[in-house]
Parts: sequence; structure tokens; C-alpha cells
Amino acid sequence: MSVDQTTVRRIAKLARIKVSEDAVPALEGELNAILEWIEMLNEVDTKGVQPMTAVVETAMKKRDDVVNKGGIPDDIMANAPASEDHFFMVPKVVE
Amino acid sequence: MSKLTELTIAAAREGLRAKSFTATELTKDYIEAVEKARILNAFVHETPDLALEMAKASDERLAKGDGGALEGIPLGIKDLFATKGVHTQACSHILDGFKPTYNSTVTQNLFDDGAVMLGKLNMDEFAMGSSNETSYYGNVINPWRREGSNAALVPGGSSGGSASAVAAHICAGATATDTGGSIRQPAAFTGTVGIKPTYGRVSRWGVVAFASSLDQAGPIARDVRDSAIMLGSMASVDDKDTTCVDRPVPDYEAALTGDIRGLRVGIPREYRVEGMPADIDALWTSGAEMLKARGAEIVDVSLPHTKYALPAYYIVAPAEASSNLARYDGVRYGLRVEGDDITDMYEKTRAEGFGAEVKRRIMIGTYVLSAGYYDAYYVKAQQIRTLIKKDFDDAWSDVDVMLTPATPSAAFAPGEITDPVQMYLNDIFTVTVNMAGLPGIALPAGLSHDGLPLALQLIGRPFDEETLFRTAHVIEQDAGFTARPQAWW
Repeated sequence: MSVDQTTVRRIAKLARIKVSEDAVPALEGELNAILEWIEMLNEVDTKGVQPMTAVVETAMKKRDDVVNKGGIPDDIMANAPASEDHFFMVPKVVE
Repeated sequence: MSKLTELTIAAAREGLRAKSFTATELTKDYIEAVEKARILNAFVHETPDLALEMAKASDERLAKGDGGALEGIPLGIKDLFATKGVHTQACSHILDGFKPTYNSTVTQNLFDDGAVMLGKLNMDEFAMGSSNETSYYGNVINPWRREGSNAALVPGGSSGGSASAVAAHICAGATATDTGGSIRQPAAFTGTVGIKPTYGRVSRWGVVAFASSLDQAGPIARDVRDSAIMLGSMASVDDKDTTCVDRPVPDYEAALTGDIRGLRVGIPREYRVEGMPADIDALWTSGAEMLKARGAEIVDVSLPHTKYALPAYYIVAPAEASSNLARYDGVRYGLRVEGDDITDMYEKTRAEGFGAEVKRRIMIGTYVLSAGYYDAYYVKAQQIRTLIKKDFDDAWSDVDVMLTPATPSAAFAPGEITDPVQMYLNDIFTVTVNMAGLPGIALPAGLSHDGLPLALQLIGRPFDEETLFRTAHVIEQDAGFTARPQAWW
């Protein structure tokens, strides 16, 4: 499988990365070189093989369902580029 | 007295306990060494005042006869680990100005044991790279140079700052992380010792995530004993990371008995790749002979799916990265580039904030997870991962540990490898270990024909870091690797 320039633009949109028109051909080439190399995996017969979900077989740890830390809005907001009254500020999203 | 920076962690520990010198004296020597070595670009943020404050507290504890396992030992911390109130940016532009309000579990463990932080270490952006050429803060330089040459070499990556700093003796040891080889490959390029523990041995809490099913933290240190001391402090049980296992941390130093009689050492035949340099092949053979001479049994083993590990990794790791890095959107932390609307802001922030390699991997990851391609790529790669792990599981019935080369070459020059796939091939011997969640250690065992360090890798059973340390220690003793880079900086 390979990607064309339309697909490159679509992936960039999905990934929320602005890609200028003149950068598309180079990206197309780079992504296809990687995808072409990955094609090697088609040599392997994986019929009936379970996809891996965890490298170490252990029971999922569960914490007690209690509040163990909280009340730290100042800490949470400390690195925000824009905030007001413990809210993150973003450009208007609803009219 | 010779310079205090020449002491290993183990030797400095003895000196501090015997009160031959203070933690403050030791720390001052390191601060001076860091300042003198700025041309290496190993540190992206130095914390001398904090270091002296921590050293003073260590001296007070040592005076009372108290002190933890790393009391007063000056370390470098990879920029991927959250450090409270201190620069933590994964060496990316997108995390500009980020200062966490908490410590990662690993740094907290180290500080609880008395370690002193000298600063934050350079790395490939978001740990994506094998040469430390993708950092927003510029390339790290390897203290080693080819014999008779002044040309710069890369320190490997992504933990290039950690490896360079340890090799140059500008910190006693360093934290590092390994997703596909990022501890072991830079350790190999700089003549240092690096161990990637079993997945789940060290908490990932507070470590900037790259590929969560593969990421694991570990130390880079000057020798095997120092690595054992550091891992003993970094590893812990941690409820804040559900993949961190509930197993007590063994006394790794106690594993260095020098006795490997009866140990079965596997030589995986698939690691003998086409075009392997003669000096690496010879190093591998001599490593096996050393172990045999100490009473180990050498066993030929097969890991048939080895060659598929790297391409499968370049599906799994970018897929996980594209999800993990979705959080960098200019809203909660780091860089924000204003736009016409919120989507425009996201897109401009991410376009400016991420470097070329990170963008490439996010895009590959987005593609392989997109509708219609998920089964063909992601599921296929996870099936291959099952087969890779099964190769190892089958081999463990015949062997206790495996011996391989750590890298397919010695350190190369900046700009020498520009093709992404060629760069990825650096991890060909290390990546299988991440895909199967196993522990692996790289240690120097000889020099190339042009005077650069070459390393061997030992791969162990899950949670059997002790056998790795014991075996590595024997190779270290018998290989007698004492070469040091000349201090040209």
C-alpha cells in the first residue's frame, strides 16, 4: 500500500498538523519509503495468531475507588498558555 | 587526590561514607566539569544551585550516619523525566516553558535515596531518533573520536545526552529511557553500560510518553556495578502506573558474584546479519569465548521472526505515539500558536512545535490507525509481536540468557545518515527486546579498528535482570575495557 498526495493531506488533517502545499510531495516520498519497507511483514503468515495485548501477563491492577489526590487546580493550571479562574482559555468554539 | 569526578558511583559512595570528602565537594567538581564540557551539548538545562542545595542536605544526613543508596551522588536526568519546578520538555519546542508541579516516580525514587541532580540532559525530540540529531536544542556530541581524527561523532540516541555525559565523566550516572534501543544503542556508541529493564519493572509515571507498550526507563552508568546500584533505586512498585508490577526489587548488586558456571548462553543465529563489520563479528565471538572459559555453556538458538521486529515496531511505536502526542494542542501546556479558529490553532501549534521526525512518525501512526488500515497494519504488527515473543519463550527452555552484538556499527558522524529507514536500522539488534518486553543490557567489550567503543548485548528472561548483571559483570572483568575518550573538550 502507498499514499498519494490527497492521502498525505488527509493524514495531516487527521493529525492536526498544518502542512504547506509545497511540503506535500516530500512527505509523500518519505511516508511511502517507510510504508514500502513495512510491506516486508506480508511475508509472515499470521492466520490464527492472537494480536499481542500485553508483554507481561499480569492481572490488571485496580486501585481502591477513593479520592486520593485533588484540590490542586493551581497546579493543574500552572503551565497553561492562557487561563482564567481555573479555566483553560481557547478560541471561541460555539457561536 | 585525583579528581573526584573520576570515581564510580560505588567508589564515591565509599568515600562519602568514610568522610574522605563531602557531597558538596563532589558536587562542586561535577558542576565545574559540566561547565567545561558545554561543547558536548549534553545538558540542556543545568541546575547548579539546586545541586548544591541537595548536596548540603546529603552532607547533613551523612554526618549523622544516615543516607540512602545514592546519598550525595550527582546524576544527570534525561529531559523526558518530570522534575518538579525544573525544565521538562522532552527536548521539543512544543513543550516550551513546561515546568511540572510534580516529580516522576523515578526521579522521586532517586531523590528519596539521596541523589543530587546536576541538570536535565539532551535527547532526541520525544525520544524519537538514534543519533541525537532531532533535539530542538541541537545535536549532542560524542566525547569519543576516531583515532587520529578531530571529526565529531554522534553519541547515539535517543538518550544521547545521558550517554555522552556519563562517558565524559560530567555526571556519575544518568537516567535514560528505551523504546526501541534508546538506552542500549547510545551506551554502545559511548563505551558506557546501559540496561533496559523488563517492561513493568520501572514506573513510567511522570515520564513523557512516546510508545506506552514499549517505553521503559533505566540507567546509563560507567560500569555494571553502578548500573545495578542505579536500577535498584529507579525500580519500584508504583500504584500510579498500572503496568508497573507488584514485585519486590531485588538487591541487584548482590547478583555480581562472578560465578556463571553452568549458565546456558544462547547465540541467536538470526543476529548474524549480512554486511556485519568484521570487528563486531569478532567481538561477539570473543564474548562467547569469555563466558565459556568461565564455565558457561554456549548454545546455538533460533529466533526466526527477528527480521520482522523492526518493521513491526515502525507500526506499533508511531501508532502509539500519534495517540500519546495528541495531547500537545496548545491548550494545557507548552507552545501555543494563535490561529483563525481552534482547529487552525491546533494545526499551527503542532506544525511549529514538532520537528520533522516527530511529525513523520505521528503521520505514519495516524495513517496505520485510520479507518480501513487498522487491521492491515496495526493488528498485523501486534500479531507479529506475539510471534516474536513466542520465539523467545521457546528459546528460554534451552538457554538462560542470550548474547548478541548491541549495534550493527560503531558511532557515525552527524549528517552521515539522512534516510529515515537507514537510521531506523541502528536498532536492529535492540528492538526485539522491546517488542517482547524483555530486559537487555549493553556493555563495552572492545574497540573498533579505528578506536571506537563496541558493545555486546545480553538479553534475559522477564524480570531476570540479576542474571544480566551477573553475566555482564563477568564479561566486564574479562574484556578489561578501560579505554577512555581523550578530554579534548
